[in-house]
Amino acid sequence: MTDLLPVLTDTWDAPRSWRLSTYEKHGGYAGLKKALRMAPSDLVQTVKDSGLRGRGGAGFPAGMKWGFLPPDDGGPRYLVVNADESEPGTCKDIPLMMASPQHLIEGAIITSYAIGCNHAFIYVRGEVLHVYRRLLEAVAEARRVGYLGTNILGSGFDLEITVHAGAGAYICGEETALLDSLEGLRGQPRLKPPFPAVEGLYARPTVVNNVETVASVPGIVDRGSDWFTAMGTEKSTGHGLFSLSGHVTRPGQYEAPLGITLRELLDEAGGMRGGKALKFWTPGGSSTPLFTAEHLDTPLDYESVGAAGSMLGTRALQLFDETVCVVRAVSRWTDFYAHESCGKCTPCREGTYWLKQILHRIEGGEGQDQDIDVLLDLCDNILGRAFCALGDGATSPITSSIQYFRDEYQAHIDGRGCPFDPSASALFPYTPRTPMPSAAAASGQLVGAGGGGH
Amino acid sequence: MTVTTSKPEGEVAEPKMVAFTIDGIEAQVPEGTLIIRAAEQLGIEIPRFCDHPLLEPAGACRQCLVEVAMPDREGNVRPMPKPQASCTMTVTPGMVVKTQVTSPVADKAQQGVMELLLMNHPLDCPVCDKGGECPLQNQAMSAGRADTRFEDVKRTFPKPVSLSSQILLDRERCVLCQRCTRFSDEIAGDAFIALQMRGATQQIGRFDEKILGFESPGCGCGDGGCGSADETSSSAADTGVPDTGAPDSPGREAAVIGADAAAAKSRAETDAGGQGFSSYFSGNTVQICPVGALTGASYRFRSRPFDLVSVPSIAEHDSCGSAIRIDHRRGQVLRRLSGEDPVVNEEWITDKDRFAFTWQSAPDRLTTPLVRERDEAGDRGELRPASWAEALEVAAQGLARARAAAGVGVLPGGRLTVEDAYAWSRFARQVLGTNDVDQRARAHSAEEAEFLAHAVAGTGIGVTFAELEKAPAVLLAGLEAEEEAGVTFLRLRKGVAKHGTRVFGLAPYASRGLTKLSGTLVPAVPGTEATVLAGLRGPVTDPTTPAGDPRAAASQALREQGAVILVGERLAASRGACAAVLELAAATGARVAWIPRRAGERGGVEAGLLPNLLPGGRPVTDPAARAEVTAAWGLSGEEASRLSAAPGLDTAGIIDALSVGHLSGAIVGGVELADLPDPAHARTALGAAGFLVSLEVRRSEVTDLADVVLPVAPPVERAGSYWNWEGRVRSFGAALDSTALPDHRALHALAAQLGSDLGAGTPGEAHLAVAALGAWTGPRAGAPGARTPEFTAAGATPTPAGRPGTGADDTAVLASWRMLLDDARGQDGERHLAGTAKRPVVRVSSTTASALGLSDGVQARVVTGRGAITLPVAVTAGMVDGVVWVPLASSGSRVHDTLGAAPGDVVRVRAAQAAGGSAGKSIDTGSAE
Repeated sequence: MTDLLPVLTDTWDAPRSWRLSTYEKHGGYAGLKKALRMAPSDLVQTVKDSGLRGRGGAGFPAGMKWGFLPPDDGGPRYLVVNADESEPGTCKDIPLMMASPQHLIEGAIITSYAIGCNHAFIYVRGEVLHVYRRLLEAVAEARRVGYLGTNILGSGFDLEITVHAGAGAYICGEETALLDSLEGLRGQPRLKPPFPAVEGLYARPTVVNNVETVASVPGIVDRGSDWFTAMGTEKSTGHGLFSLSGHVTRPGQYEAPLGITLRELLDEAGGMRGGKALKFWTPGGSSTPLFTAEHLDTPLDYESVGAAGSMLGTRALQLFDETVCVVRAVSRWTDFYAHESCGKCTPCREGTYWLKQILHRIEGGEGQDQDIDVLLDLCDNILGRAFCALGDGATSPITSSIQYFRDEYQAHIDGRGCPFDPSASALFPYTPRTPMPSAAAASGQLVGAGGGGH
Repeated sequence: MTVTTSKPEGEVAEPKMVAFTIDGIEAQVPEGTLIIRAAEQLGIEIPRFCDHPLLEPAGACRQCLVEVAMPDREGNVRPMPKPQASCTMTVTPGMVVKTQVTSPVADKAQQGVMELLLMNHPLDCPVCDKGGECPLQNQAMSAGRADTRFEDVKRTFPKPVSLSSQILLDRERCVLCQRCTRFSDEIAGDAFIALQMRGATQQIGRFDEKILGFESPGCGCGDGGCGSADETSSSAADTGVPDTGAPDSPGREAAVIGADAAAAKSRAETDAGGQGFSSYFSGNTVQICPVGALTGASYRFRSRPFDLVSVPSIAEHDSCGSAIRIDHRRGQVLRRLSGEDPVVNEEWITDKDRFAFTWQSAPDRLTTPLVRERDEAGDRGELRPASWAEALEVAAQGLARARAAAGVGVLPGGRLTVEDAYAWSRFARQVLGTNDVDQRARAHSAEEAEFLAHAVAGTGIGVTFAELEKAPAVLLAGLEAEEEAGVTFLRLRKGVAKHGTRVFGLAPYASRGLTKLSGTLVPAVPGTEATVLAGLRGPVTDPTTPAGDPRAAASQALREQGAVILVGERLAASRGACAAVLELAAATGARVAWIPRRAGERGGVEAGLLPNLLPGGRPVTDPAARAEVTAAWGLSGEEASRLSAAPGLDTAGIIDALSVGHLSGAIVGGVELADLPDPAHARTALGAAGFLVSLEVRRSEVTDLADVVLPVAPPVERAGSYWNWEGRVRSFGAALDSTALPDHRALHALAAQLGSDLGAGTPGEAHLAVAALGAWTGPRAGAPGARTPEFTAAGATPTPAGRPGTGADDTAVLASWRMLLDDARGQDGERHLAGTAKRPVVRVSSTTASALGLSDGVQARVVTGRGAITLPVAVTAGMVDGVVWVPLASSGSRVHDTLGAAPGDVVRVRAAQAAGGSAGKSIDTGSAE
């Protein structure tokens, strides 16, 4: 049995938890003081030893990423914190930055020191104005006491942090699109190579890390890599935020060692809402293939989830009970991907436009027998053919839902409509919006993108 | 000078070869080769849309996916998990590539992408301009599936959007390959179009407030003429997005006021069509568009590709000698495209070269010889059509009389093929017995003629495009490359981007072209170029020189091996400047190339269309040179004795002589009198000429005065060669069948009438005659002597006292040069192109503006005793004080004609009285008086 383990979430319930004083009262900035006495290369080694893997979804070892930077040539190098949390279901970085922004600030200072960066950027999703304000204040607080600026704590190390608000695009969570956006360009992914470690922001060596990754660094430095590796599994070390949402009694952030199972998390969260049966869930956000009740005991670490056919992603566990129509859920996710496709490459731009229309037809009772096979073939033509991983992500819910619930798709086609009552899955009575592929067709409106989403 | 270990000439480093396997074929390609290029070399065609060899890889369309396997550290070849875009990946040692030919995965990936591209593509191929020559159509046939599975709703857009008066965009046809935006950004440097919106609504567009959803209620251009009639209506109704609210809500009104203010500020960047200036190279985007999304307004819906006959040719609008392709149908040219010539213009041409061809078939085209009688008082009667026999007889008699009297002046114009130029030169010497011959229909000087004789004529190929691209530093001495030699500008820009070429511009302000070359302005008041150039000669070590002084940087950079000084035509009229260039070149080791504006000028120099030169760079004063010419032409007797040893009159001298009767007649080629430094004087002079023969394609001011008009063929109807500024011979054949005679045949017939054999009766004969008299090997004509500039008002003079335009009065020194697109007759009949010209403005520095009481956007009058030009003011940052710039020959700004002035002259500048309204109002009332 794995228990919850608050590290990043430890002070969230403290009064005015976002204040620097609160953070320091609970041992904050001990990591920085220790780090500034260490050689940067030792810091990189410590993080490598800790096995900390990127918490933004891909799970790339953070220490190794830092180690990819070319030797110092005297020019600038940058740390860019990816705080553009936009994946449907993912909701860990935003509460972290709201409740305890100094975790991120301290982590950014230590990371900058380790990689030789004197100007770090935090790219925050533009819609979360409250987080943006809180970060600005957190940076100002840290600056006032000398954690930022010149000669930090007498170490001779200088650092400025710029908090930058994005303009609201899912694609800008992709690291190279984020860099383009940060440079003031249109946010679209860059050709790789060169990788950001070699030519990133302003064509200088750059480390791009997720908020939670950076926020985990102070603890590792303060308490040692052994403390970190003692948590989790052999290859998925440490603690992580698990964001439970959907039909669960107590949705929210649950911090636990990697490798915990959904069954254990559900126990902490009071089980499924109203005691209903779990039908399907995402282990790491909508871009990760769905799981069903049969995966309740799959350890939530990178390897086990991957072996079970999905990805740990951002540990965004969206739980759907038996009242939910999987076609409807997948259709809404697909609307999101069509809306957020950046348009750069053909498979994602055109593919999501088509997928959306087919799903709307099936849900609206106008599906045809070949539609399911077309969906699968279309996904095959998008997966691995798109420019960046976002195109791949758009296919995951479709292929995995057909894998587990093909009969339900067929029932929509055979029954000329959705067999579910959408309001049954809501806490409140509501009249669902009717999917209207035919109406849209008749009016000639653009249904592929732009028209949906809101 | 720094000593460098230079490799012997011609030695090229062997590229390192990389061995790999593709579709089972083992092959080697140079390191750094993209997979898609390597496949091409082996004859394996991978379908593609976004890939273009001259543009940076994008990887956007995903059509060229192939399977790739690479050896890992142990040498085991491991397949990559996903198919890779072959247009973005370079070949590495041991790589194993499987294209659609051998890989079912690659084949399915390509079929899948093709299906997705076609899904939203309209099936309007039967009415699409691209149909029949469309990469999408072709590749859909070869790599697509026969049927579509898509039965849902296609994406549509209102069509078309006019990107400029010349370029139209049908967004629903676009496959978003970004070739056009990458060309505009990477090659031309005019990012006038960009991707906007996202996902399925992503589209190419210019900054269009309507499409972007924050349009102003009015059109904004003021005159309603922001496009041709068929575009205006559609663009007005157009939005690219779902309706976002009432466009005339009060909030919009407020926003619009701010937008107008911003628009007024950048009015200098507005084109004649009222839109933001787009590009001089926008037509290339039409050509590289792999679908029919971008079309040219003049060709749209005019023809089908398979009805056209394509002929390679050479563009006639500048001295670059760009390769073009002429497409014609039933005797009518329908369009011109860029040819492919890696050593000259690569695959790009200017919009003028592409679109300006209608002048050759304009309604005022001359089709028969014309003759007029004069009454006894010498007053001219009406021109009447005549037979060739009669016209030649009348012309011959008249010329013979004039020759026998005070002589005949020869003004052939600067647009001749080298065959024509040679015939003109020979006609002048052999038949008319004169050196009073000058092709320069523009501001010129004896010093320039000496410079050309010394440094240009008979030097063969000098600096080349390839060398220019790799030059470490280039000084544009009185040359606006973008305006005067478009593809040279593109090559320079490539050098700046790829080889770090540093460009310096000797000019009164940094033009848009210089800015796009990341160039450094070496400021010079017109007329003081010689002083500034002399200042670059020695290392600038004056301790008072501020750090980063452009002169010091230029002086230093020109010392690097391979540095080049490009001399433009406006240096000709700046006293001492040509001599100063040669001295600067000698002092720094930089090479010199002369880039005239007109296509025929380099060939004319080679043919001896200057008062001091015989063909091949032979000085007229050199007896041996004259002997060679006599021998080559087989002259004897009277003809041989006609070869004069004295240099003749130049253009200005001929005009002067005609006006006072020191010459009795003239024979004139393609000369526009308005191009001459003093057009009014020229009109009087030609009017006073006792006998005037004109060889022209179209009716002109000269034909209106001529006694005999011989119609000659435009380039499209004859064969010939231009010598481009490099000295490269650029031959072309006749695109259209025609009975029109080229100049050399008309002159040959005229010479025969006068009893001489010009040896230019056929194109072949004329061409061989040029080659028969090779370059001069004797002592070259001397360099022009140093001349003192007329005044030294530039930075060299420490006290500004007496200098015009320094606030003491309302005077300023005139600066001016021609725009690529202006009022020239070569652009007649192409209204779509005309709409993309830069709108004429008056430029002054902010200091001068305040001294003269001017501000941005107000109308200013540039005044001489002759006349006035009124244009809106564009206060120009970094411009030399005391200088006023206007375009030389644009609509509403005919400097020579209206002002009777030339660059370097002092003019008066004041705010126009008439413009009493607000600044914004006065702009909208138009550009010309």
